[in-house]
Amino acid sequence: MNTRTNLILLLAVVALVVLPLKLVKRPTPGPDGQEVEIFLGADDQAKEMVSRISPTYKPWARPLITPPSSEIGSLLFALQAAIGAGFIGYYLGSRVTRAKLAREAAGNS
Amino acid sequence: MHIMEGFLPVTHAIGWGVACLPFIAHGVKTLNRQVKERPEQRMLLGVSAAFTFVLSALKMPSLTGSCSHPTGTGLGAILFGPTAMAPIGVVVLLFQALLLAHGGLTTLGANVFSMAIVGPIAAWLIFRGGRALRLPFGVSVFLAASLGDLLTYVTTSVQLAMAFPDPLGGFKASLLKFLGVFALTQIPLAISEGLLTVIIFNALRRFNPKELQELDIKGVQG
Repeated sequence: MNTRTNLILLLAVVALVVLPLKLVKRPTPGPDGQEVEIFLGADDQAKEMVSRISPTYKPWARPLITPPSSEIGSLLFALQAAIGAGFIGYYLGSRVTRAKLAREAAGNS
Repeated sequence: MHIMEGFLPVTHAIGWGVACLPFIAHGVKTLNRQVKERPEQRMLLGVSAAFTFVLSALKMPSLTGSCSHPTGTGLGAILFGPTAMAPIGVVVLLFQALLLAHGGLTTLGANVFSMAIVGPIAAWLIFRGGRALRLPFGVSVFLAASLGDLLTYVTTSVQLAMAFPDPLGGFKASLLKFLGVFALTQIPLAISEGLLTVIIFNALRRFNPKELQELDIKGVQG
C-alpha cells in the first residue's frame, strides 16, 4: 500500500517534469534568425527584469568563483544532489535492515 | 532560484542579513538542544539537511518555459521546528554561492530569509494547522511543503520589488512582474516538492516510527 502510493506520487512528479518539456513550444526565431532559448533559469529572467525596471542599476558584486562552463556547473550541482541522495539512501538502508533484524529477533524469541 | 550576487542594493543586502540573525540564533539553539537531549536524532537531522541538498540542486522545467528548483525545507521544519532549517539553509546557500555562482554572498541574507526562514516557518504553521483541522497526515505534509516552497519564491519577488520598484507603478507593479518570473514558474515545482516530501515522510514513517515518536510531532502517528 505504502510502496504503491509512493510509486504513484513519484510518477506524478515525473509527469510534472515531462509535461512542460512537451507543452512549451520554442518561439519562432526573431528577425535576426537566432534561436530563442527556452528553459533558462528564472534567476536570469529576474536579472533581465531588474535591468528593464531600473536600467541604471549596476550589480556591485560578482561571484567569487564562477564555474568555467555550464558543464562544470552541472558537475557541481550533480555533486550536491549526489551527496544528499547518498546520505538519504544510507539512512533508509540502515533503518530497513534494522527493522528487519528486529522483526527476525522478535520472531525467534 | 535565488537572488543573484550583487543584485540587491547595499542597504537591502545588509537589512536582510540582520533580519536573519535572530532566526538563525534560535535555530542553532533548537538544534543544539534537540541533539543534546536525543543524540540518536542526529541522523534524522542529517536526512533533513540532505533532502534540502538534493532538492535545491534539482533545476526543473516549468510550464512558463523557464527553470527553477524546489527548496526541500518543509521536511526539516515539520520534523525539527520552524527555525531548525535556518542554520541548515545557510550551509546550503553558502555552498551554492561560493562554488556554483548561484545566489551570492551579498544576497545571502535575503536568500536565507526567503528559503530558510519564511518557507520553513510557513510549512510548519501549515502542517500544524492542517493537523488541527484533522486533515489527513499526507495532505497536511503536502500542503505544508508545497505552500512553503511557493511562499519562498513569493518572498524573493517581494524582496526584489522592494529593491526595484517600478518607476511608474511603484512596488505593486514591480511585485507583479517578479511574481510572474518566480512564483508562476514555481507552481508546478511546488507541487513536485509537496509530493516528494510526502514520499520521504512515508518512507521515514514506515521504517522509523520510533524515532519519529520521540520527536513528538503532533499528528505524525495519525
